[in-house]
Amino acid sequence: MATSTKSVEHDIDVKSSSHLLSIRKVAKTFGKNVVLRDISLDVAEGEFLTILGESGSGKTTLLRIIAGFETATSGELWMNGERVDHLPPYKRRVNTVFQHYALFPHLTVEQNVAYGLRVEKQTEADISSRVEQALARVKMTVHAKAKPSRISGGQQQRVALARALVKRPQLLLLDEPLSALDANLRRQMQVELKSLQREIGISFVFVTHDQEEAMVMSDRIALLRMGELEQVASPRDIYARPATAYSAQFIGHTNLLRGNVSQGFLHCNSLSWKTSLADGPTVLSLRPENIRARTQFDRSRPTDTVVFKGKISDRAFHGATELLRVECADGLKFWVRTASQLDPAGEIEFQFNPADAVPIRESAERS
Amino acid sequence: MEFLVTVTTMHRSRPNWLWLHAAMVFAFLYLPIAVLILYSFNGAGVGGFPPRNLTLDWYRTLFADSAIWDSVANSLLVAAIAVLIALGLGIPAALALDRAQFPGKAIFRRLVLLPLILPGIITGLSLLMLFARAQINLSLTTIVLGHGTALISVATTEVFAGLQKVDRAQEEASLDLGANYWQTFWRVTIPNLKLSIIGAALLIFTLSIDEIAVSFFLIGRDNTLPLEIWGRLRRGITPEINAISTIIFVFSLLAIVIWYRLRTKAEGSPEIAAELIETAVQGD
Amino acid sequence: MFSRAYRAVVTIPPLTWVTVFLVVPYFLMFCYSFWSVSASQSIVHSWNFNNYRQLLTVNVYWQTLLRSMWIAARVTLFALLLGYPLAYLLSFHAGGRKDLYYQLVIIPLWVSYLVRAYAWKTILGSEGLLNTLLQYVHLTRHPLEFLLYSPFAVVLTLTHIYTPFTFLPIYAALEHIPRNLIEASHDLGASPRQTFWRVILPLSIPGVLAGATFAFVLSLGDFLAPALLGGPSGIMISNIVVSLFGAAYNWPLGAAISLCMLLLVVSLLFLSERLEKKWSFS
Repeated sequence: MATSTKSVEHDIDVKSSSHLLSIRKVAKTFGKNVVLRDISLDVAEGEFLTILGESGSGKTTLLRIIAGFETATSGELWMNGERVDHLPPYKRRVNTVFQHYALFPHLTVEQNVAYGLRVEKQTEADISSRVEQALARVKMTVHAKAKPSRISGGQQQRVALARALVKRPQLLLLDEPLSALDANLRRQMQVELKSLQREIGISFVFVTHDQEEAMVMSDRIALLRMGELEQVASPRDIYARPATAYSAQFIGHTNLLRGNVSQGFLHCNSLSWKTSLADGPTVLSLRPENIRARTQFDRSRPTDTVVFKGKISDRAFHGATELLRVECADGLKFWVRTASQLDPAGEIEFQFNPADAVPIRESAERS
Repeated sequence: MEFLVTVTTMHRSRPNWLWLHAAMVFAFLYLPIAVLILYSFNGAGVGGFPPRNLTLDWYRTLFADSAIWDSVANSLLVAAIAVLIALGLGIPAALALDRAQFPGKAIFRRLVLLPLILPGIITGLSLLMLFARAQINLSLTTIVLGHGTALISVATTEVFAGLQKVDRAQEEASLDLGANYWQTFWRVTIPNLKLSIIGAALLIFTLSIDEIAVSFFLIGRDNTLPLEIWGRLRRGITPEINAISTIIFVFSLLAIVIWYRLRTKAEGSPEIAAELIETAVQGD
Repeated sequence: MFSRAYRAVVTIPPLTWVTVFLVVPYFLMFCYSFWSVSASQSIVHSWNFNNYRQLLTVNVYWQTLLRSMWIAARVTLFALLLGYPLAYLLSFHAGGRKDLYYQLVIIPLWVSYLVRAYAWKTILGSEGLLNTLLQYVHLTRHPLEFLLYSPFAVVLTLTHIYTPFTFLPIYAALEHIPRNLIEASHDLGASPRQTFWRVILPLSIPGVLAGATFAFVLSLGDFLAPALLGGPSGIMISNIVVSLFGAAYNWPLGAAISLCMLLLVVSLLFLSERLEKKWSFS
C-alpha cells in the first residue's frame, strides 16, 4: 500500500500551466469496498485527458465524483481556485455525456439540447440560436424534431454531446460514450471527438477501457488500476517508457524480460548484453515491433544487437502486420510484430537493439 | 452500472414533508384496520373511546355462531372452484394471447380483461339476466360461475406476465432436442410458470372470498361470508363483526405475504399487482 | 407452438366461456334495456326507447348519475394526491426499505372491502371514534353529523379503498424511469424540483392515467359504500340500479342504466388508452 502517489509520473506537456480541475487525494469507499485510493490528478485547460482502466478500476466512480453524482469519502476537488466537491451536480460548470446517452425520451432532439438552457431560464431567442449552432456542430440539424427513439445509437450520441456542449461547460466528462457503437462508427467518432475538442478548446475528460481509443484521442492518459493511478503521461511516453509491468502490458503488446544484472552485464536466460543498470534483478519491457527477423544481409553482429533463435509457434494476421509467437530453446517466449511474411518452418534468427528494452518496475501489489 | 445508483446519493436534504405525508397516508390506510382489531376486544362493543374492558367475548360469540361458519364454508368452497375455473380458462387464454394468432384476437383480449375494471355490479347484473332468461335458479353454483367469469381476467393477466419471463430459448432448445409441442409444454413451459400459477391461485382465492358486488346479484339461499356480514350490517352493528373482520385481516395478511414472496421470486417487485391495473386500463 | 390443434385447445375453451358468460349477458342487457315492465310485474317485450327517455328526463336518475360522477371525480383526485407522493417517496427515497413499505401499502388491499367500509362506519358515527375523540379534546361540543350518512363519508371511504390502487401503477411507472435520466437532468443544471416537473412527472403520466381511470371507474360503479355510509344524500347511480333489480322491480330500466354505465366505462377506457399511448415514450 505504500507506493501510491510517489509512483505516479507526471509527464506534463500541455499548453498552459494553469490547472482547470485539481483532484486532491480523493478516495472513495462503498461500504467495505475501497474503490478509489488517494487519487491526485490535475486537468489542464484545453487538454484531452483520458482515464483508462479495466472494469472495476474505479474510473467511472472517479468521473462521477467529478460530475457530482458521488461524494468522495475523503479528498477535495478544486476548480478555478474554488473548492467544488460539496456542490451538487446542477451547480458545477461541468457537463457529462453519459454512457447510454440518457436522452429524455419525452422530448425531441431539439428540446433535449435546449433542456440545460431552459433550466437556466435563458431567453427564447438565445436558446434557439444556441441550440441551432450546437446541432449544426454535431450534424444533427435535420433530426431536430425527432424523438430519441427514432434515431440510431450513433445519432443519439451526437445529440447527447450537443446537449452537454451547448451549456458551454468548462469541463466535459465523457463516460465511455463510444462503447455501444460498432467498430467502424467508433473509429469515425474518435476522430470527430478529437477534432471537436480541438475546435472548441475546452477540456475533455474521457473514460474508457479501450487502450487503443485512449492513445488515439488523448493528450494525456491517466492509467487507473484497482483504484490507484498507475501512470499519467502522454500516449507516446506511456507507450515508449511504461513505468510498470502493468502499464507496459495494458497499453499495446509487450515482452516482459526478467533478468539479473551483475557487473555491467544483464543476463536473461541464455541472452546477455552490456548494460549500465545497477546490479540486481531487473524487469524490462520490449515492444514486439522492436524485434525483427534477421535477413541474409545481417551477417555481421554489431555490439548493439542482441540475437536469438526461435521457432514460430503461433501467428495472428493483423492486416498490415503479423504478430508472431516465437519460442526459444532456452525457454524464452517472445511476441514479434513483423510486416514481412516469414517461413513458419524451422528456426529463425531474430534481433533487437538492447536500448529498446526499457527498464520498468513490477506493478505494486494491490489488494 | 448507472442504474444501480439511487438518487438518494444526490439529495443532500431529507424531504421531510414527503415522509410526513407518507406517515399520514399510512395512518389513514391502517386506521380502520386498527380500530377493528382494537374494538374486537372491547367489552362495550363499538362506540366509546377509549375502549374499555378488554374481553374475548365477541370471539366467543363468533365461534358459536353457526350461520357465520356455514357461510365461511360456502365461501371456501366457492373460492376453490372459482380458482379452478379461472385458472382452467385463464392459462389457455394467456397462452392464446401470448403465442397464437387468430382472427378477433384483439376483441378477445379486451373481453377477457374487461371484468377487471368493470364495476362488479355490471358483471353481476348481466349474469343475472342470463340466468333469468335461461331459467336457472340462483344458488352457490351461479355465484361460482360469476366468480369464475370475473376472475378469469386475473388469472390471464398473471399468467401472461409470467409467460413474458419464460425464456423462449428454453422451449426452442427442448424442441431442438426432440420433444414435441405437448411435451415441451408440460416439461418446460408449465414448470416455468409454476410460481405465477400458484401466485395467481392465491390471489384469485382471496379475491373470491372477499367478493361481494357480483355475488350480491347471484345469491340464492346460501350465503357467502361477505353476504352474511352484509346482511347483518343492514340490521345493525354487532361487535362480532369486528371479531370476524380481525380474523379475516390476519388471514389476508398471511396470504399477501406468501403471495408477495412468490411473486418476487417469480418476477421481481415493481410489476406486482400494478400490471393488473395497467392491463385492465390499457388492455394489453 | 402454432400447430392447429394447439391453437384450438388454447383458444376455444376461453372463447366459449367468454361468449356464454360475457357476450351473451351483455347482449341480453342490451335487449332488456329496450323492453319494459308491465303493471303485473312481468317483462313486456315491446321494443322502445322509454327507458332511455326516462333516464334523461326523470330528475332523480340523471342527477344521481351526475352526482356519482362528481363523487368519483373527487375520490380520484384525492386518491391521486395521496398516492402519488407516496409512490414518489418509495421509489426515490426509500432505499433498501422500499420492498417493506410496498408491502405495507398493498396489505390493506387484501383486507375485505366490506370490512373496511364497515370500520369507517364505526369511526365516523356520532358515537364513533372520530366524534368521541374530537369532543374529548374539546374541538367540538356536539357530534358532527355530516361525518356519516353523507357524500363526505362515501368520498372518504372510497378514497381509502382506492388510494392503494392509484399508488400501484404510479409506483411502477416511477420505477421504470431510468435513473441516469435524473442524473442527466441534474448534470444539465436542473435542481431536484425542476427535474421533478420536467422529467419525472411527464414520464410517470401513463401510471397516473391508469390509476386514475381505475379509481374513477370503480368508484362510479360502487354501491356498497353509499349503501352503508351514504345516507339519502349519498345515493349513487348503482344504488338506484340495485333497487330497480330489487324492490323497485324494473329490470328493463335497470338494464338501460347499466348499459349506459358500461358504455361510459368503455369510452373512458378507450380515452385513457389513447392518452396513455400519447404519453408513453419507451
